Amino acid sequence: MATVRFTSHLVRHRPLPAAKAVGDTVAQVMAAVFAGDDLLRGYVLDDQGRLRKHVNIYLDGALIADRLRLSDPVQPWSEIYVLQALSGG
Amino acid sequence: MATLWVGSRKGLFRYDETATGWQVSGPPAFLAAPVTVLLDDPRDGALYVALYHGHFGHKLHRSLDRGDSWTELTPPAFAKSDAPDAPAVEMLWCLAPGGRDEPGVIYAGTLPGALFRSADQGASWQICQALWDRPERARWFGAGYDHDGIHSILVDPRDSRHIVLGVSVGGVWITRDGGLTWDLGGRGFEADYVPEGQETDLVMQDPHLMVMSPTHPDRIWCQHHCGIYVSDDGGWSFRESKGVKPSSFGFGVAVHPTDPDRAWFAPAQKDQFRVPVAGKLVVTETRDAGRSFVIHDQGLPPGPAWDLIYRHAFVIDSTGSRLAMGSTTGSLWVSGDGGGSWQHLTAHLPPIAALAFGP
Repeated sequence: MATVRFTSHLVRHRPLPAAKAVGDTVAQVMAAVFAGDDLLRGYVLDDQGRLRKHVNIYLDGALIADRLRLSDPVQPWSEIYVLQALSGG
Repeated sequence: MATLWVGSRKGLFRYDETATGWQVSGPPAFLAAPVTVLLDDPRDGALYVALYHGHFGHKLHRSLDRGDSWTELTPPAFAKSDAPDAPAVEMLWCLAPGGRDEPGVIYAGTLPGALFRSADQGASWQICQALWDRPERARWFGAGYDHDGIHSILVDPRDSRHIVLGVSVGGVWITRDGGLTWDLGGRGFEADYVPEGQETDLVMQDPHLMVMSPTHPDRIWCQHHCGIYVSDDGGWSFRESKGVKPSSFGFGVAVHPTDPDRAWFAPAQKDQFRVPVAGKLVVTETRDAGRSFVIHDQGLPPGPAWDLIYRHAFVIDSTGSRLAMGSTTGSLWVSGDGGGSWQHLTAHLPPIAALAFGP
């Protein structure tokens, strides 16, 4: 199971979900994380499921390559970190 | 006694009118979150606040207990699509109640320019597809924002299916059948920011804000990018009030609740300046349907003052006696005598985007 962590800035707005989820891609893992809280999904992704312009997702220490479909492959030991960008504030 | 909700760049503030004057009430809600627009629904007392988190997008919150507690709602959104340029709502720019015969119905105008309708106090939303599908929408463009947007939603109190929209930049749009079909209004507008020969193109018009007289709904006032306009036929056509001093440029407009000939404006120096003319903040008022204007400055700063009043930050209450305006530099004024004199409540708020009077 991949580990998912969120920026503490999100805690002010939504309760953060379980930190581990299963999936072969970032999109699948995040879908599992968002299950049950569609509002949280809207803080990270836009209407089309694209990563919001001023949010970054790091996968094992590197920015994900596919911000549109979040198709970057995930390993069971992967760490996903969702952060606000320094832009957009 | 009344309440004044103040939507700012850093949250929602509440002022209450008391026996000793206006007082700030309680801590701000949504501290640090930019408020883009407010609605205090006069039909049921529900409060709605739209936020635009710089990182996390647009949000919508509702209170059914006058701001004591808030519930986050799923905001309007575009349907999922595989198109590479599929739209996403960037910001809620307008919230408006439906008709008296439509309890729970509210409308939202967004950036990019779409109209959404909720029949359940904002719990769920449906896009007005007929407007979104109009081919003219491809010619709408942003003004001040990257996207075009809907900032004015006027529901005719005589017929809730009759709705008039203001779009920046995209003109005036009118439906008579609750949104099934739409036509362009705005004849008489003239744009000076388009190529020669296109000045009267109805789609190229930038109505900064439009308000409808509650008692004479055919009377619509418009603070247009290029002047002050008034309509007597529900927005199909407008005539310009020419020669308004110190300026006919601005963003906000308020109409008296029972006298359609009375309207107020907060002028600024056009167009690349967008500050009070000569650094002197004033309010202008017409009492004769735009044929003449008086300038009010009692209680306003003698200058220099560089406050700009945004379109949703200039409001009047249901009695017509109280007005309020908030500025981009965090000042808040109220008037208790129909704009004749003003009281400066504070100079220390964050930039103010929207105001709303409530009971």
